[in-house]
Amino acid sequence: MSRFEIESSVTPFKDIENSQILKQIGNTPLLKVELFKDEFPDVEVYGKAEWFNPGGSVKDRPALNMVKEGINSGVLCPGKVLLDSTSGNTGIAYAMIGAALNIPISLVIPENASSERIETLKKYGADLIFSSPMEGSDGAQRMARKLYEENPDLFFMPCQYDNSFNPLAHEETTALEILDQTDGKVQHFVASLGTTGTLVGTGRGLKKNKPDVKVHAVMPSEPFHGLEGMKHIPSSIRPGIYDVAVHDNLILSGTESSYDYAEKISIKEGLFVGHSSGAALVGVHEVAKSIKKGVIVTIFPDGGDRYLAP
Amino acid sequence: MAIVIRIPTPLQEFSENRETVEVESDNVKDALEALDAECPGIKSRLYDEDGKLRRFVNIYVNQEDIRFLKGEGTLLNETDEISIIPAIAGGI
Repeated sequence: MSRFEIESSVTPFKDIENSQILKQIGNTPLLKVELFKDEFPDVEVYGKAEWFNPGGSVKDRPALNMVKEGINSGVLCPGKVLLDSTSGNTGIAYAMIGAALNIPISLVIPENASSERIETLKKYGADLIFSSPMEGSDGAQRMARKLYEENPDLFFMPCQYDNSFNPLAHEETTALEILDQTDGKVQHFVASLGTTGTLVGTGRGLKKNKPDVKVHAVMPSEPFHGLEGMKHIPSSIRPGIYDVAVHDNLILSGTESSYDYAEKISIKEGLFVGHSSGAALVGVHEVAKSIKKGVIVTIFPDGGDRYLAP
Repeated sequence: MAIVIRIPTPLQEFSENRETVEVESDNVKDALEALDAECPGIKSRLYDEDGKLRRFVNIYVNQEDIRFLKGEGTLLNETDEISIIPAIAGGI
């Protein structure tokens, strides 16, 4: 009997609506950022502190939405194992949701994921399959696809890169929260690109409700970069959910300057954010420089404590 | 002595899409120098303007991060393999 057979021969799922922990997903604080106040006094900057989600990152939102859709459509049912590739945060979200709802979780993760990340996943009881460290998240994605194709009846694969319920989570929650928390004053939205779900979904939701909002995407400046969770799109497998029409502007962010901003906001404002938040701040600075006056909102996808271990 | 260096996908544009490159060297620093001769331009992706390995670049000898060995001064044996490991892309 394989490990998948052992895992899948078990009990019914628990009801999402009854889960106290999953109810805590979303409605994260929107925090004022003072970092650019002296340089651009007429620009207001706010960051959505997504590490306040119970799984510690923005990925709780799409993971929950994709699981919900799987259950509602009947594709994810007792006896099935949720399988996906992940660079970490989505995996942690799946693992937490799986533990809360009694859904077995198998994750393909590049072998060079940090030891803390791997241990966290294990503590939630997820089953881990390692892919080549040389191929990054693209390699993990290919391996998950292969495992799924070998055994499609056993697995439910949300495939976060191609699943429309990933951006929809942001269209229906993150965007509306931002509009509400800024009293509709948001004029510019800045987010970094990974699966592109955050940027595409939140951008769509904002524009639907306030068509003059400008959306700015931030991408690593080089294919070989140190911004975990972010994708240099031209040199990667292009996510199916990526919709270039959503963003008005694409900003390139270097690894070092992103790290510098993440460190700066931690020391100066007590916001201990991860590297991709630093990249978002590079984007915010670019936008502030060009507008000189206005309200910018960005997303801080996770906390810096995710990146302490080598 | 010939050492194999494993090149990650995002840097294979410098190695004419080769996954591994063989260089002659007995330590990590010289091996990476020799790599630049084989794959012109790759050094600027690994080192900053001050000649230091960029913060996010992870160099492994076999399964060990050189930060936990002797850094770039790590000596190499005949069967050792160097890997340049990228960050993990792809989540947000």
